[in-house]
Amino acid sequence: MSETAEEIAQHESNKEFKELLTFFLAGEEYGVDILRVQEIKGWDSVTNIPNTPEYIRGVINIRGSIVPIIDMRLRFNLEKKEYDATTVVIVLNVVNDGKTDRTMGVVVDAVSDVYNVPIDDVKASPDFGTAVDTEFVTGLATIEEKMIIVLDIDHMLNAAELAVIDKIAE
Amino acid sequence: MSIDLEQFHETFFEESFEGLDIMESGLLELEQGDVDLENINTIFRSAHSIKGGSGTFGFTAVAEFTHDMETLLDQMRNGERQVTEAVVETLLGSVDVLRNMLNAIRDGSDIDVSSVAEVTVAIKAILGEESAGTGSTETQVAAIPAKGWQVNFKPYIDIMKTGNDTVRLLRELNSLAESAEVTINNDSLPLLSELDPEDCHQSWSINLIGNDISEDDIREVFAWVDDECELIIESLAQDDSSVGSEHSDNDCRETEPNKRKTDKRSNKPVESSSIRVNISKVDELINMVGELVITQSMLSRFGEGEEFNASTIEKLKDGLAQLEGHTRELQESVMRIRMMPISFAFQRFPRLVHDLSTTFDKKIELVMTGESTELDKTVLEKIGDPLVHLVRNSLDHGIESPQVRIESGKSETGVIELSAFHQGGNIVIQIKDDGAGLNKDRIITKAKEKGLVTKEEHLSDDQIYDLIFRPGFSTADVVSDVSGRGVGMDVVRRNIRELGGAVEVKSTAGEGSVFTIRLPLTLAILDGQLVGIGNETYILPVISIIESLQVKTENINAVAGNSEVYRLRDEYIPIVRLYQIFGIKPISTELESGLLVVVEAEGKKIAIYVDDLLGQQQVVIKSLETNFKKIEGLSGATILGDGTVALIIDIAGLIELYQKDMANVVPIKGGGLAA
Repeated sequence: MSETAEEIAQHESNKEFKELLTFFLAGEEYGVDILRVQEIKGWDSVTNIPNTPEYIRGVINIRGSIVPIIDMRLRFNLEKKEYDATTVVIVLNVVNDGKTDRTMGVVVDAVSDVYNVPIDDVKASPDFGTAVDTEFVTGLATIEEKMIIVLDIDHMLNAAELAVIDKIAE
Repeated sequence: MSIDLEQFHETFFEESFEGLDIMESGLLELEQGDVDLENINTIFRSAHSIKGGSGTFGFTAVAEFTHDMETLLDQMRNGERQVTEAVVETLLGSVDVLRNMLNAIRDGSDIDVSSVAEVTVAIKAILGEESAGTGSTETQVAAIPAKGWQVNFKPYIDIMKTGNDTVRLLRELNSLAESAEVTINNDSLPLLSELDPEDCHQSWSINLIGNDISEDDIREVFAWVDDECELIIESLAQDDSSVGSEHSDNDCRETEPNKRKTDKRSNKPVESSSIRVNISKVDELINMVGELVITQSMLSRFGEGEEFNASTIEKLKDGLAQLEGHTRELQESVMRIRMMPISFAFQRFPRLVHDLSTTFDKKIELVMTGESTELDKTVLEKIGDPLVHLVRNSLDHGIESPQVRIESGKSETGVIELSAFHQGGNIVIQIKDDGAGLNKDRIITKAKEKGLVTKEEHLSDDQIYDLIFRPGFSTADVVSDVSGRGVGMDVVRRNIRELGGAVEVKSTAGEGSVFTIRLPLTLAILDGQLVGIGNETYILPVISIIESLQVKTENINAVAGNSEVYRLRDEYIPIVRLYQIFGIKPISTELESGLLVVVEAEGKKIAIYVDDLLGQQQVVIKSLETNFKKIEGLSGATILGDGTVALIIDIAGLIELYQKDMANVVPIKGGGLAA
C-alpha cells in the first residue's frame, strides 16, 4: 500500500478519509474505525461471568478497569476455532446513546492492516449473505480488489449487550 | 471588574443552600414557640449573606426577593414584630421559593415567576401595615431604564469600619453613568480635633445621567453596604413614574433565557461534586504521605546496588512491613475524607414532618438520634430518597389520626424515631413509629389479590411483612399524594440494595413498626473472603459470613427431592450449590469434600457450597457496569494481587437467584438442578 501516494491524493482532492483497522474472521476481512480502537493485545485468560451467553468470554483487567471480552465468531454464530498464535483481542471504545463511553474487547482471528478509505467509497451493503448480520454493517469498501466489511461497532456491541439482558430476563 | 465571577458560583450555591438549611431549621425551632433572639439572628445572617452573594453575582431576582425576607426578619430581630405562626409559615414558604430560584439559576432553567410573586405578595402583605414606605419603594423593580437617577447616599458613621470604602462605591457608580453630578453634604462633619479618621460623616447626592441605567444596576453597587447606609434612589424623569410596574414583572435576566427545557430532567441530578473536609483529616493525610515517602526512600536503597545478604533481606522485610502499615493507614485516612455525618440526610426531616403532619392533620413528634454517625458521601447522597419515602410512609400509614390514637389509649401525639448507629461493620438506620403497625391480614389479602402469593402458601410473620417490598404492592385504601401509588417500597429496597445494603421491617399490631436499613460503611472497599469453585475464584463479603464449616453427612436433609437443607444447631439452612447456579464445573459435587459457608442477608441465611476457602483480603470494588452491565448475583468485580479479575458475590441477589431457581425447577438450566 502506498501510503504517501494516498496522502497526496487526499490533499489534492480534499476528500474526507477514514482510517480503518481491518481484521480477519472466518476468512472474511472486516474493518472498524481506527479511532475507536484503544489497543490490540494477545489473547490471555479471562474471568468467566456466570449466566451470560457463550460469546461473552468473560472479563479482563486492563489497567484497573474491568473490560468484557466478546468472541466475534461466537457472536455471529460462526464455527468455533481454537485460539492460536494470531488470535488477538481488539479493545474498542463503544459509544452508547451518544454519550456513555464503554470499553469492550472483541476476539478475532487475526488483525490485518490499516487502510485509508475515502468515506464516499464505503458503499451501502446489499442484503446478501455475509456471516455478519447486515444490521451491524455500515457498508462495504473496496481496497485493492478486496472487499472489506465495515462494521458499526456501537450498534453491534450494544446489541450484544441487549441479548444478555434478554437471556437473563427469561 | 475583570475577575471571572463564574468560578465562584459553585461556592456561592453551596453556601447558599447551606444557609437555606440553617434558616429552615431555625424557623422550625421558632415555630415550636422557642423565640430565641440568637436563633432569629442566625436566620437573619443567613438571609443576609445570600442576599449579598446573589447581589454580587448579579442574581438580582434572588437578591430582591431575599431583601424582603430580610426586612421582615430584621423587624423580628428588633422586636418590632411578633413571631406568629403565619409569619413563620410565610418565611418557610419563602425559603422554598428561594431554594427553587437558586436551583433554577444553577441549572440554567427558568425561575418559576408565579410562585416568587405569590410569596413576595405574602411577605409584602405582612410588611404592608407599618413599613409600607421602606418595603414597597425599595422593591419597585425598575426594569424600565430611566433617563437618569438621583441617588441619595447617606452612609452610617461606622461604614468604614466594616471594610467598605465610599470612594470605591462612588467610582463604581460613576462607571455606570454617562455623566454624574455629585453634591457632598458635610454638615455633620465635626471639628478636626474631634474627628475620628475611621468615621464617615459625609453624605452624597448624586445625579446620574444616562439612558440605560437600571435601578438594579445602582442597587448592585450598594449591595454590600445595604445595611450600613440610607439609600434613596429616585428617577430623574418625573413624567414616566415607575409606580405602575409593581413587582410582578420580576426581572429574571440572570436565567439567560435558556430554552433547553426539554432535557431539564436529564441534567437534574447535580449532586454536589465537592465536599468540605475537616482540616485535621487533611493534615493526617499529609503526615501519612510523609511517612510513606520516608519508607519509600528507605526501600529504594535496596535497589541501588547494595549487596544482598542475610541482613539486608531482614531490613527489606522490615521496610515492606512498614510500607504495608502505612499504605493501610493512608487508605483509611483517605476513606475518612469521604465520610460525612448522617445529619446531612436527617436535616430535611423536621421540615418534612412539619409539612406532612399539617397535610394529614396528625400530631407528630420527630425524635432523631445518632446524627453524628459518619457515612460515605456517596451512600449518604443516595440514601436520602429512600429515607424520605420511609418517613412519609410511617407518617401516612403508620401513625393514626389523633382521634383513633386517643380511642386506642395512646397519647394524641405520635412519635417517629429516626436513629443511626454502628453495628458490626455496618451503619444501621432505623425508622420507628408508634402507630398501628402493619396489618397482616390486609397484606395477605392484598398479596393474594395481586397474585404475589398463592392461596395455600403458609407464610411466617416476617415473610408477610416482607411482601410490602414486592413490586406492585400497596395497601393504602386511598391513594394519597404522598404515598400509596405502589411504586414505593420496592424502589426503596432496590435503591438500598444498589448501595450494598438491606432493609427489613418488624411490626407489632397496635404498637408500631420499625424499618431497619443496614448500609456498608463505604462503597469502595470490602473485606473479602476468597473462595474457590472449580477453577474460578469468587469473593464473598466477610460482613455477611456467619461461619464456615465442614460438612457432616448426617446433618444434610433432602427436601422434596431437589433442595437440600443443612441442620446447624437448631436451624435448617438451605444449601446453595454455587456451581449449579453459576454453571461452573466444580472440583467435586460431593458435599463432604468441600466446605459450607453460612451467609446471611436481609435476615435470610443460606449455606453456600464451595470447593475451597482461599484467604481473606481487602478488595477494591470495581463496577461491572462501567463497561458492561449488572449481573444477577454479583455486586461487582475486583482485581487480585496477580492482576486477574475476581467477581464479588452479592449475597442478597444470590438468595433471590436461588429461590427463583427452586421455584422453576422444570426448565433445567445449564448446570442442571437434577444432579
